Amino acid sequence: MTNLIELRNIKKIFKKSEKKELLVLDQINFNIHEGEIIALLGRSGSGKSTLLRIIAGLTKPTAGEVRYYEKPVLEPAQGIAMVFQHFALMPWLTILENVSLGLEALGVSKKESRQRALKAIDLIGLDGFESAYPKELSGGMQQRVGIARALVVEPKLLLMDEAFSALDILTAENLRDDLLDLWTKSEFKKNSILLVTHNIEEAVAFADRIIVMDYNPGRVRSILHIDLPHPRNSGSKKFQGYVELIYKLMTKTTKAEIIDIGYRIPEAPVTKLMGLVDQIGEVQKAHKTIDLPTIADDLLLDIDELLSLTEILKLLQFIKETPEGNIELTEAGLQFEKADILLRKKIFSTHLLIYIPLTKHIYTKIHDEPSRRISKAQILKDLSAYLSEEEAQRVINVAIEWGRYAELFAYDDNAEELNLENPI
Amino acid sequence: MQMHIWQNNRMALPKMNLWDIFALLLTVTLFATIAYSTKQITAPYHPSQLLTIQLSEKYLPLYALRTVFRMLIALSISLLLTFTIGTLAAKNKHAERIILPLIDVLQSVPVLGFLSITITGFMLLFPGSLLGPECAAIFAILVSQVWNMILGFYQSLKTIPEDLKEAASIFKLSSWQKFWRIDVPFAMPSLIWNMMMSMSASWFFVVASEAISVNNQKILLPGIGSYIATALADKNRIAVGLSIFIMFIVILLYDQCIFRPLIFWSEKFKHEEDETERTQQKMPWLIALLNKTRLLKILGDYFDTFTYQFVNCKWLLKKKASQEITKAKIIFSQMLIYFWYVSIGMIVALCVYFLSQFIFQTVTLKEASHVLLLGVYTSIRVIILIFLCSLVWIPAGVWIGLRPHVAEKVQPIIQFLAAFPANLLFPIVIYFVITYHLNVNIWATPLMILGTQWYILFNVIAGTTTIPKDLKYATVNFHLSGWLKWRRFILPSIFPYFITGAITAAGGAWNASIVAEVLTWGKTTLMAQGLGAFITQVTTSGNLPRVALGISIMCLYVLFFNYIIWQPLYNMAAKRT
Amino acid sequence: MANLIELRNIKKIFKKDAEQELLVLDNVSFSLKEGEILAIVGRSGSGKSTLLRIIAGLSKPSAGQALYQNEPITKPVPGISLVFQDFALMPWLTVLQNVELGLEALGVPRKERRQRALKAIDTIGLDGFESAFPKELSGGMQQRVGIARALVVEPEVLLMDEPFSSLDVLTADHLRSDLLDLWSDEKKKNNGILLVSHSIEEAILLADRIVVFGSNPGHVQAIVKVEIPHPRDETSPEFRKLVDRIYTLMTTEEKIIGKGKKEIDLGYRLPDAPISQLIGLIELIAEEQETDQAVDLPKIADELMLDIDDLLSLTEVLDILHLAKEAEGDIKLTEAGLQFEKADILLRKKIFATHLLMYVPLVRHIYNILNASHNQRVSKKHILTDLEEYLSKDDAQRVLRIIIEWGRYAELFAYDDSSEELNLENPE
Repeated sequence: MTNLIELRNIKKIFKKSEKKELLVLDQINFNIHEGEIIALLGRSGSGKSTLLRIIAGLTKPTAGEVRYYEKPVLEPAQGIAMVFQHFALMPWLTILENVSLGLEALGVSKKESRQRALKAIDLIGLDGFESAYPKELSGGMQQRVGIARALVVEPKLLLMDEAFSALDILTAENLRDDLLDLWTKSEFKKNSILLVTHNIEEAVAFADRIIVMDYNPGRVRSILHIDLPHPRNSGSKKFQGYVELIYKLMTKTTKAEIIDIGYRIPEAPVTKLMGLVDQIGEVQKAHKTIDLPTIADDLLLDIDELLSLTEILKLLQFIKETPEGNIELTEAGLQFEKADILLRKKIFSTHLLIYIPLTKHIYTKIHDEPSRRISKAQILKDLSAYLSEEEAQRVINVAIEWGRYAELFAYDDNAEELNLENPI
Repeated sequence: MQMHIWQNNRMALPKMNLWDIFALLLTVTLFATIAYSTKQITAPYHPSQLLTIQLSEKYLPLYALRTVFRMLIALSISLLLTFTIGTLAAKNKHAERIILPLIDVLQSVPVLGFLSITITGFMLLFPGSLLGPECAAIFAILVSQVWNMILGFYQSLKTIPEDLKEAASIFKLSSWQKFWRIDVPFAMPSLIWNMMMSMSASWFFVVASEAISVNNQKILLPGIGSYIATALADKNRIAVGLSIFIMFIVILLYDQCIFRPLIFWSEKFKHEEDETERTQQKMPWLIALLNKTRLLKILGDYFDTFTYQFVNCKWLLKKKASQEITKAKIIFSQMLIYFWYVSIGMIVALCVYFLSQFIFQTVTLKEASHVLLLGVYTSIRVIILIFLCSLVWIPAGVWIGLRPHVAEKVQPIIQFLAAFPANLLFPIVIYFVITYHLNVNIWATPLMILGTQWYILFNVIAGTTTIPKDLKYATVNFHLSGWLKWRRFILPSIFPYFITGAITAAGGAWNASIVAEVLTWGKTTLMAQGLGAFITQVTTSGNLPRVALGISIMCLYVLFFNYIIWQPLYNMAAKRT
Repeated sequence: MANLIELRNIKKIFKKDAEQELLVLDNVSFSLKEGEILAIVGRSGSGKSTLLRIIAGLSKPSAGQALYQNEPITKPVPGISLVFQDFALMPWLTVLQNVELGLEALGVPRKERRQRALKAIDTIGLDGFESAFPKELSGGMQQRVGIARALVVEPEVLLMDEPFSSLDVLTADHLRSDLLDLWSDEKKKNNGILLVSHSIEEAILLADRIVVFGSNPGHVQAIVKVEIPHPRDETSPEFRKLVDRIYTLMTTEEKIIGKGKKEIDLGYRLPDAPISQLIGLIELIAEEQETDQAVDLPKIADELMLDIDDLLSLTEVLDILHLAKEAEGDIKLTEAGLQFEKADILLRKKIFATHLLMYVPLVRHIYNILNASHNQRVSKKHILTDLEEYLSKDDAQRVLRIIIEWGRYAELFAYDDSSEELNLENPE
């Protein structure tokens, strides 16, 4: 098989300011063969979307090279098309016009572009909707337009950026099936797909190879060959085996989890943390092993969210990993689960101070001030050595939510100050 | 029903910085230069014959037509400038840095004030023909609308969703295609709305700019504005009434035949709306009528083919071959940027030199401070007016806004009132002032806000209609009433809308002070103390350096209030929502 | 036990214009007893939110009476407070101010106001967030503020309008159990909660009794007692049995009205059912059907995390189109449905088109008009006028939108949004 795309030592650094840099992607090496479906699986922050944009020629890597048929990609290459998460259709163009847009750019004659667009529309089952505007269509139909628009330029490589994640389950399922059908049965077979997703089932259903990405910075953690013939049955033992395997791969902590104040706290609202502890406690009470895929399924959490929550619970020492790779509540976690609201707040605040350096940092800083207040800008400045400004903002907001819940500190949005006030 | 909100686009600009000061300098110097150069030409130019305006009613439609034509030309030029300058500002950060503050300053320049300067300039440019005053009038209309249009377009371009832009480059659209397929359609809804409101505002200036006294000579340009001016001078009540009627017809036609259909059409360009949220707008009768005929379809097909050819025009589809970026090229482009900033710096230095020379040669410091004092009078008027207007229009607006069926009917009326040139009402005020010996300093004041107060009402209504139903239910469920309800619920919820309305109203009031502080009815002229009156005075007597001084100071006042009062209020309002 | 709220033959009619009326609620009678949690479940369009507004005194019934402690409710009463689906918090007030708002309106002195508000904030677990503005909080926390605001005025009756439906599953679970804990508190023993819910499981989890609402017009179809002791386990067989029973109640109802056969008329209020979801559901049922005889609706709802409303809308349409048959909480593909499932896109469109023409009178109506008209177009307004004889303006719009989507998919007709016309065009 020939290589369609070659990635050589891709590295991507975002410059935050003159001095500070953020390493997003590091040492990415893999190839995409002709006719192959590859899934890029990873959590948010693994830089998978950035990588997709680098391959698309929308952003440039800081170091390394992308080759498309041996030629370096410096700008969007003809033959690579993309399907977007939120469809990215032009609301002011009809479906037919949207689909012909790419052909127009290639300078195809009006008549031919119309013909080809109509064919693509037929193929994806949109016949009858040609004269509609995107907003008249449901999400699933809109994404079909997005796919038709990409297919009409006859791409060698189709990039899909979380293409099904904005759709409801039923619609997504239906569209996935149709697309797979189209791919496995027709002339498109010799073309390749690169699918970016955080849905493990989706990756296993589609891909010939799955590339699991590490995060902070994004690296290739492992590459899996999926040895199942299409159409794949998601209920089958083997399929589920793959899903479990990947879950374990993704939750496994590779690094020693010693964190500093610059630790990139993931999104984990208090209510969800509580909810998850309750849920795990319930399962544990029934003496069942805690199976993350089932929990994710039950709670309709995508893996990204679930892993963020478990990561924090692990850091707070409320849950731990068993030798078999499962998780369970720790002693503290069990107590927390049983406690009432007031006691919960107490336990939570203690653990925040012990295990999360940032909250500890904020707490001590406020106490060091004679006025018992400190500006948010001050904390942001402390964080700026580690995180981008946007990230620092986000992380502080998470910490503020926790701090408020634990009643460690309060925040005044008007003055943008953290303080110890607690109105009595 | 969907209520539009009048947007004052300057508020979304970044915070004031050094560039604003440069821009201010540049603008003020520009006036001074024009004033200076016209003064150098010793013999003022006299048009060989003074055009007379016929007050017979049969000429009136013709005059109206000429005025409409003028406005259309101005609108087209504005559109062209919007597309070019707006795009430049949005796509080039080096240009952006100077364009934005410059527009910010230019926006606060009183249009009517520098009319006298430009009219002299244009007359010099086209000696012996009416083209000079004609251009000046068009220019006045242009300047009254173009800044907000450019800023609006610029902001639209800046908010195009990232994925649409990515889709465009993935599918390899050329810049030309991108502009017409993405940039323009995306900006279309706000652009059209903006154009419609600008049109309303420019009626005021059209009336003022067609008849103007410069250098002690009266220039009358055939049009509805000069018709009104002549009617006022002749104390011809019937003619005044007639012109009001014709204006009404023209505004109505504009609204019904051009803007309603355009707005209806541009609705489909809207992004992010989901179908359920989409308010069913009533199809304008014109579109409904045209739909019944085959005409629209045929025209539409032609239009489609034309736009297709236009957008895909072969020689504009230049494909930039991907080029290796060489070191030499980087250095070259950096040199270019360097040169750009150095030249701006030099221009600024020149400005400082020229200004100090110009102002302190002709105007004494004492006089300058006197003009500053006059500015204080006018600002006191503006502040009191905004306060009084708010007192009246907030309750009225809330009352209307809470009753959707009333709001629906009231909206077009307000729009007409906003378009209605307040100058037409001057005779009535003057009549009262003279008959009852009232104080001009007080009683001429309301005229300043006559035209622009509607922005407050308009926005308060729009703000009230957007209050979520649930919040209303919640206040009822928790038995909120009386002042508590206003304080905790109604006032905070309309605050951001009110602020944008008030900013526009205040800006308009400054502008109108030039007309409103000097009142004429036949031979009677009444003058209030204020910056506006000063500018009118020196304009009539052709004292150009003082005109420049007056305008510059008014400009400073407007900017001062924008940054000291309005911007912080606006930011506060924007924070919670 | 005494009745807190008593509804007697409530009827609500919305006037569309001088002549036309729309019956939303008909003959609704039930009561909320002291210390009881009562849940109302029903499809959309069953007028349950309207009923809630009537009880809250925000809207008046056209006939019948709503009584609160034996007094007719004519305006909002202090003893009844409301929790909103989308929170309805004032964005410009802090959490504390939001909670204090109701007390302020009652004229409670400042000091007491502060005290009571802080206490309510404490009980609901919001301590520490007093000075935050709503937009700084997550959805779950915002709804806590909504609940604290409602509780602080010490209501006898708490009305909740789908309070958990804008929250994610995890947060909703957590908040639900907190609410239960709070309610089982000693001194709240005599107060009642009336909860409008979109989820059968939620209703069973919380309520002592469940009022099942039928739609078109809204009426009480059945009242089910929940006799499972707290804390209730969602997976227990008795719980599942109850879920099944309510599902059955909600799906069999149409049968009685349609006398066994689903014959609908032109003005039938077709539910929202986007084409891609319909197809997705058919595929899913087919898959499940391979192993089972008939497919259990609660199971599907669970799997897809669809709320009943959405799922039942879909199944109803499949039933109308004779592509599937629903009965007693089960669903099964018909012969035609099975063929549809196996067909390719083109054939699917054909089958769909035929069934639309056969079983949906509105589609047939539009199709006939189009074919009869000389230029093969008809304005949307024309069809809407026809529909508005049966439906409210909004509903007519919605139904037509759905029909247009179906018609487009089936390639029966197209629609031009700029001229607002339906036509038979199909670009080749």
